[in-house]
Amino acid sequence: MSALALSRWQFAITIIYHFIFVPITIGMALSLAIMQTAYHRTKNEKYGQIVDFFGKLFAINFAIGVVTGIVQEFQFGMNWSQYSIFVGNIFGAPLAIEGLLAFFLESTFLGIWLFGKGKVSDRVHLFSIWMVSIGTMFSALFILAANSFMQHPVGYKIDPATHRAVMTNFFALLGNPVLIVTFFHTLLAAITTAAAIILAVSAYQLAKRGKTPAFSAAVRFGVVVLFVSMFLNAFVGHIQGQVMTKEQPMKMAAAEALYNTQTGASFSLLTIGNLSGQPIFQIRLPHLLSVLADNSWNSTVQGINQLQAQDVAKYGPGSYVPPVWVTYWTFRIMVGVGGVLLLFGALGLWYMRRRRLDETHWYLRAAVWVAALPFIANTTGWIFTEVGRQPWIVYGLLKTSNGISNLSSLSVGITLAGFTVIYTVLAVVDGMLMFRYARKPLSEPPQSAESAHTADLVY
Amino acid sequence: MMGNPTALQIVWFTLIAILWSGYFFLEGFDFGVGMLLGVLGKSDMDRRLMINAIGPTWDGNEVWLLVAGGATFAAFPVWYATVFSAFYLALFLILAALIFRGVAFEYRGKGLSEKWRKWWDAAIILGSAIPAILWGVAFGDFVHGIPLNQAGHFTGNFFSLLSPYSIFTGLTTGVVFATHGALFLSLKTTGELRKRTQRLTRKLAPAAMAFIFAFLAWTYFNANHINDTGVVPGILPVGALMLAVAAVVLVQEGYFGWAFTSIGASIVGITATLFLNLYPRVLVSSTNNAFSLTIPQAASAHYTLVVMTIVAAIFTPLVLLYQGWTYYVFRKRISIPGTGGEETMPSAAPTPE
Repeated sequence: MSALALSRWQFAITIIYHFIFVPITIGMALSLAIMQTAYHRTKNEKYGQIVDFFGKLFAINFAIGVVTGIVQEFQFGMNWSQYSIFVGNIFGAPLAIEGLLAFFLESTFLGIWLFGKGKVSDRVHLFSIWMVSIGTMFSALFILAANSFMQHPVGYKIDPATHRAVMTNFFALLGNPVLIVTFFHTLLAAITTAAAIILAVSAYQLAKRGKTPAFSAAVRFGVVVLFVSMFLNAFVGHIQGQVMTKEQPMKMAAAEALYNTQTGASFSLLTIGNLSGQPIFQIRLPHLLSVLADNSWNSTVQGINQLQAQDVAKYGPGSYVPPVWVTYWTFRIMVGVGGVLLLFGALGLWYMRRRRLDETHWYLRAAVWVAALPFIANTTGWIFTEVGRQPWIVYGLLKTSNGISNLSSLSVGITLAGFTVIYTVLAVVDGMLMFRYARKPLSEPPQSAESAHTADLVY
Repeated sequence: MMGNPTALQIVWFTLIAILWSGYFFLEGFDFGVGMLLGVLGKSDMDRRLMINAIGPTWDGNEVWLLVAGGATFAAFPVWYATVFSAFYLALFLILAALIFRGVAFEYRGKGLSEKWRKWWDAAIILGSAIPAILWGVAFGDFVHGIPLNQAGHFTGNFFSLLSPYSIFTGLTTGVVFATHGALFLSLKTTGELRKRTQRLTRKLAPAAMAFIFAFLAWTYFNANHINDTGVVPGILPVGALMLAVAAVVLVQEGYFGWAFTSIGASIVGITATLFLNLYPRVLVSSTNNAFSLTIPQAASAHYTLVVMTIVAAIFTPLVLLYQGWTYYVFRKRISIPGTGGEETMPSAAPTPE
């Protein structure tokens, strides 16, 4: 395989892996902050117990998010040095700001939160978890500002001497329409993810150990947050689709595998057979694609063939079509999974209203498995948006194939194998620990004199 | 050539030097604590105490690296891209080490078996030693030069990064960080562990001084040999050495706090010496000095630097304030819980010697 193909695989593997943990961190930090605020206000012990319990899961997961994040920051320079030189003027700034504003905030206040109980006042302790949460959101904002530039470059010009992109307006970068919708979409997805985990773990605990006030409260929290965040995200996702239609029409056409421009375009729920030729079997919803694209029944949606011809006229010969089967299916999986989550949340609300949530065993058992769904949606969503941008690394400005470093296939092969092994080991260990701590009872009585003795040592 | 560096470019070169100095000062001692885990941590309790001493702050220390990397990317994209792709496999080793080390702190205490903890202890020791040494090697290479052609492309391989000078720089950072870590532990521990730490510190400090002396002499010889001393004011390396000497004396006299500060200041002095030796370049070409990458060639355009300067001016003081505050919150020594203050012996039987 070429160094280019290996570098692409490496980036894909490391970023997808990193983004398994990131949404948990973002959503869980906010959830913990809310629950600790509830504890602080009411002094009801059940909220304190939930915070302690999920705090442990949060810490296990946070560590892996941090270390896999360092890889991402280094990887731009390591594997994509031509890209880094081309966009460094613009792309580097949000990355540096992310470090200064977000990473310091998260890591410092997480230290206070994990180790500072009893050393700082309850108010400062509560303040710390809010700072961690705000840090994670800043982090999402700035890294998405960088990514949104790749999707839809704004606030730049090409320097005629160096042929590099240089920043001309920082606020345009932060006001990028793609950034605004993507930020809320990602943030809500992260909240859904955390809610699904809280729901799953608490449901498991209720099913296994019977009713406890803490986990009953946590199940309700999970259901409500899951439903509300998913409901809002359906709208945000819809707006995002419209921004995409405007700024990256090829991605929208590829999402539907719409080869020819159509008026009053329909949306296919699924396709069996060839996407480009004659499908064997398809379920189509009339007019839906037009509605998704710009809220009108009979609007025209541009097709892949027409957009390809336009791009050739604009950028010269070459293929400007992303791998359509990837975009088509990832888009459907993401949206479909989101729909299932929304229904599951709605059902939970219904049981909650009838005060039967704690006793509905099938629902609690199903909730454990439903926790896998947000990860599927998160992953397919990112694959869709990144693959849908291809062949561009920066839309309309630089192709992915022109972004790589001058490295041998051997070097990239070594690191690709290395990261794959390391990440697999970490996945096993992290999974083991998460499951172990998720199954533990609320507050374990000290097992021996020694463990009681060392309770103040965090590590 | 693109002329002399502009004022803003010099500001950012300086800021990046400050970020690396801060990183080496802060993570220097937590690398040191990690490296010494096998030497000083006789029992599991000792090792837990050592890890807890850096527990609340190591992650914040590591962010200095992330910000240094991000700032280099933003202010000097060509520097970032050239260095990171040239040091490809070396950086992979550093990343692998930092990954295992980072999760090890969190995971080692969460399993029950002795074997589990042994594995993660090894991850902490190696995960601290490898970057402590390899960052030194990398900085040695910046000054000593790596093969860069006229277009600024790296033409070597992994082994061209291993010159005798850069290896010696790596050994120096390894020993100095270990000493800095030992000094930090002398300040943070109590009882038997503290005594053992202080004994080791008395042996490590002279070694660190010797390495610093040899390293600075070699650096001077290198620079003088090719008639290129950068813009280093002589007081800087001499001062760094004097601080290391002072640390040895202070350790023998029992002033561990001052010795910690001295070695820390010496680390900053050495880092500053290296950066000023580089100036006005950011990366020396060993192929031909004329091919070296310079500040103006590597820098971002004026507008980006202005934006970054404003952001840094607003937020850096804030960060320093709250990071300083955490060290204040966790200023107390770490002792075995339930045994009271630092003068109390641990309740476990004292280790016979």
